[in-house]
Amino acid sequence: MTTPLVAGLLAGAILSGTSLLYATLGETLVERSGIVNLGLEGLLLIGASVGFALTAASGNPWLGVAGAAAAAASANLLFGWLVVTRKANQLATGLGLMFFGFGVSALIGSRYTGAVISGLPRWRPAWLGDVAWIKSTTLFNYDLLTWLAVPVACLAWWVLFETRWGLGLRAVGENPAAAFAAGRDPAALQYQVLPLGGALAGLAGAHLSLAVTLTWSEYMTGGRGFIAIALVIFSKWNPLWAIAGALLFGGAEALQLQLQARGTGISPFFLDMVPYLLTLLVLLAWGGSRRLAAPASLGRTFYGSS
Amino acid sequence: MLIAMKPPSATPLVELRAISKRYGEVQANDRVDLSLYGGEVHALLGENGAGKSTLSKILYGFVRADSGQILLNHGAVDLHSPREARARGIGMVFQNFMLIPALSVLENIALHLANLPAVLSRKAVARRIAQFGERFSLAVDPYADIRQLSVGEQQKVEILKLLMAEARVLILDEPTKVLAPHEVDALFRVFSDLKAAGYAILFITHKLREVIRCADRITVMRQGRVAGRLDAPEADVNVLVAMMFGEQGVEAAEPPELRPASVVSTAPPILELRNASCRATGSETALRHLDLCIASREIVGVAGVSGSGQKELGDLILGLRPISSGSKWMHGEDASRWSIARMRGCGLAFIPEDPLAMAAVPGLPVRENLVLGTGRRYWKGIGIDWRALEAAMNDSFGSLQFARPPLERPIATLSGGNLQRVVIAREMAHAPTLILALYPTRGLDVRSAVSVRELLRRARDRGSGVLLISEDLEELADMADRLLVLFDGTIAGEFKRGAWRLEEVGHLMTGTRQPIHPAAEAGAAASV
Amino acid sequence: MRLAPTATRPAANPLAGTIVRGFSRYGLITVFVLAVFGAVLLASGKDPLKAYADTFRFTLASAYGFSELLVRVTPLLFAAIAVALPARLGLINVGGEGQLYMGALAASAGAFQLAAAPAWILLPVVLLLGFLGGAVWAAIPGALRAAKLVNETVSTLLLNYIPPLIVSYLIFGPWRSPENSGFPQSPRYPKAALLPSLFDTRVHAGLLVALAGLAAYGWLVDRTRWGVEMRAIGGNPEAARRLGIAVPAWTVAGLALGGGFAGLAGMGEAMGIAGRLQQSLSPGYGFTGFLVAWLAGGRPLGILLMAFLFAVITAAGDILQISQGLPYAVVNILLATILFVVLASRSAPRTSK
Repeated sequence: MTTPLVAGLLAGAILSGTSLLYATLGETLVERSGIVNLGLEGLLLIGASVGFALTAASGNPWLGVAGAAAAAASANLLFGWLVVTRKANQLATGLGLMFFGFGVSALIGSRYTGAVISGLPRWRPAWLGDVAWIKSTTLFNYDLLTWLAVPVACLAWWVLFETRWGLGLRAVGENPAAAFAAGRDPAALQYQVLPLGGALAGLAGAHLSLAVTLTWSEYMTGGRGFIAIALVIFSKWNPLWAIAGALLFGGAEALQLQLQARGTGISPFFLDMVPYLLTLLVLLAWGGSRRLAAPASLGRTFYGSS
Repeated sequence: MLIAMKPPSATPLVELRAISKRYGEVQANDRVDLSLYGGEVHALLGENGAGKSTLSKILYGFVRADSGQILLNHGAVDLHSPREARARGIGMVFQNFMLIPALSVLENIALHLANLPAVLSRKAVARRIAQFGERFSLAVDPYADIRQLSVGEQQKVEILKLLMAEARVLILDEPTKVLAPHEVDALFRVFSDLKAAGYAILFITHKLREVIRCADRITVMRQGRVAGRLDAPEADVNVLVAMMFGEQGVEAAEPPELRPASVVSTAPPILELRNASCRATGSETALRHLDLCIASREIVGVAGVSGSGQKELGDLILGLRPISSGSKWMHGEDASRWSIARMRGCGLAFIPEDPLAMAAVPGLPVRENLVLGTGRRYWKGIGIDWRALEAAMNDSFGSLQFARPPLERPIATLSGGNLQRVVIAREMAHAPTLILALYPTRGLDVRSAVSVRELLRRARDRGSGVLLISEDLEELADMADRLLVLFDGTIAGEFKRGAWRLEEVGHLMTGTRQPIHPAAEAGAAASV
Repeated sequence: MRLAPTATRPAANPLAGTIVRGFSRYGLITVFVLAVFGAVLLASGKDPLKAYADTFRFTLASAYGFSELLVRVTPLLFAAIAVALPARLGLINVGGEGQLYMGALAASAGAFQLAAAPAWILLPVVLLLGFLGGAVWAAIPGALRAAKLVNETVSTLLLNYIPPLIVSYLIFGPWRSPENSGFPQSPRYPKAALLPSLFDTRVHAGLLVALAGLAAYGWLVDRTRWGVEMRAIGGNPEAARRLGIAVPAWTVAGLALGGGFAGLAGMGEAMGIAGRLQQSLSPGYGFTGFLVAWLAGGRPLGILLMAFLFAVITAAGDILQISQGLPYAVVNILLATILFVVLASRSAPRTSK
């Protein structure tokens, strides 16, 4: 009896967690360079809407995925230009990006609301599919983005900590002056990481509309961008820990869906609150010590005076 | 690749010719000439504001000179950036280390290597670090995080960074400021190892004695110009002083002559710490079992290398840090849980080490900065009695003989010295009984420093107790009636005026000798 | 963060000078807005001049249009103060949405509980509850920040999502209106709880409260001793602490005060406009309030002007949706673009005036 529940939960957690993981990875990389992007929510929406629109228009979900990544990467470059070259306040610019994402995504998606798409194809390796208790579930029956999520996280970790580029990036996030004195170009590194982070956020959004809901509606990301921002803190800006965080929150969401489906007496609205409360609790429990793990030069305005 | 032993080279590695640089109204460098040869230590000597920093920044490519030439191996070069300077073999160790605390030694050094492979090979870098470390007395653990290292060790990392990036010319800006006496010895050992291998060292400082100890050639700067050049055999204190200051001698250059001992205080203590400890997080230093008292009419000096807990001690007394065990007493009352406002209300004045960061609000004008920290004194209904405040502050400025800046000026536009004066005038305005002064003369020019010291002495004579935390042992020798040595959050030693030697204090400061408590205080816990 | 300047205007400066300076700056912003708006319209294949004309006709040129502007301005004023006040302390409040809903919720609870009370009791009660609802909700992130547990930017953001869900729960459940209308909402408030309207329009007394609040905010920060402490904390919290200012207490109080104003926005929308509790109380006033406050530099006069500007823009969005078939989403793009243009044109960190 419990196996289906656990299996269902796990499957749901992985499915929900995929977009969270990509979004968190994108934001982690960007924050490692010292930039906070509060507009992540906007990037997700851009990814979701562009992905959906392209898929509906062309019938090819991979085109949607590529387009989502490209669109979000471009939006992040715009954000980057404001923040890096024009030295604008990161918070205000991030919120601006969020508004921008609201508007652009609504505009693009409005033409395709209600369109039916087949979404990203799923695939399960045969040897797993034959195992009895897995066969009846959706476990390990994933689209490519989900399969690649953990490898991408590992790759992100490797790039950050085992390459020269990653070292330079981390140095910029800690102390741009020191990085400059060491011969790195902080602005160049930031301009390199921003489209990368944007593309990951675009993939996160695309996964939502092309693999999870297979629809488009305005504001469909429902605050995932902000949860991802909190997850970055929770994971101490380390991509490997982000995997655990995304799984945890994906699980919370899956639990919520399961409870609703099984018709418990709890109002769906209270269940909807769980991710946000959980995030807050997690930050409460571990947030204090996390501050020390933050890149020292992280958008100084973000941490205000602390 | 290690450089073979070489005698001092015949041609200079670097030559600066007629370098000039102006900042607004100040001529920071005025047609300065300087030649650096391989295999020798060249000291650049001068007081604060003489132009040494500017010159070194020009040499390192941080700043472009207005006119003049930089010649490397006889070819003129134009240094646009530190990157270029480094590419040409010039390296600089700044006063504020350009190290990243959250990264390891290895990562910090790797960041500077020119031909680092795209995929890091930590073992290879670690091996090279060990090689250089052994060769030049710069051994350090490559995998340690910078924030775990002592200041002396961090300086070693800075030097290693440069050597491994193949610098031939090393510029060190005031390297001994943060070191204890025997760490200075270690640094000079590094110098001689480097000399023997043919490196050129530019040693920037204002400390005469060190220059006489280790320099092969000396250039003295004063007010932007070269005031004199000497070879080592010719150097002696008086000649150098004359060059540094022109004809007037200044106390700071004289040997630490002890002033006549003031009357030993027998008054009840104003402030007492009994077995006080406080916790620390991150890179802070925890204070452990401190017993300390400050009585009326005395200046208690606190010596220590940076990071021994000075900041934490000041914050503990102020009330910013909670006491985790033990107690704090003010005027005979248990003040362990008092708020900062209450401590200040009871007569505590606080002169912090960085007034702009710690005692002033940059965006506000002088007038509003003056009212902050005065508690309820000038509250009038829901507003402030500005007139009364002005009157009181004018009195304070007057009695200190400081010029009062216009009240409406944003305080951030004041110079460092003027800002310090405003803070001092505010703190002294209500006859404080206890004055906490942390590095009060740091960054001040000589005249201001002298007047601040005078002020503290006068306050003591009028009945206040003063806690003077300083990194300048000469200043402490001059001022302190009692001297405490702080090491690693405990009091490693206590001395009465005239009863201590520099070397002894230095060892206590760095924990290389067992702590001693000559003035036996019951219950003082041994720390090490 | 330089959301608000920390220097006070010296008392000696003539008021005229400051008005001129203020208007030239905001005038510039307005010109930007018109230009950008025109560009966006052109890009959407619409006629900018007709759009300007329509907008002017239906907003500033008609009494009804102007009153509708005031309706939009009211919650924006509250929401902007909710951001600007804590900003003086260096605190960033992006939780206006949640605080707004909390205020509406608390006020609704009071209105329903005391349904039989007369207006002279009920009105002050709902005003107070509206303020308290938002204040308490904002005090939570304040306390978390004061205890150095969570940065208030993150916590206020996350807490935005909870009050609307509580409201939804209530109007689908215990507070479900017995009327069989198409969408869920609470029953109508007792008449005594409704904010009186001005001049027979939809503009309600909340506007007066908002204007009074704006004046009170300006006076608090510039003319009282609390204001000095607030600006000290905003300018240099480390120094403020060492000088004996109770920074943690102010952190909570500052956010609570700000949240209270956001709560009043919610209460105003519920008791002044909607007449009942609904899910769609706020189309993002919390966030637009942030933009208004930021563009205004936290200054009261600027907040008033920018709130008007934003009201015109959002009104234009509605008008043009009808008259030219322009999707409302364009408004968001427009707001974002305006912000981007302002951000891009400031090449140096803002200095206090």
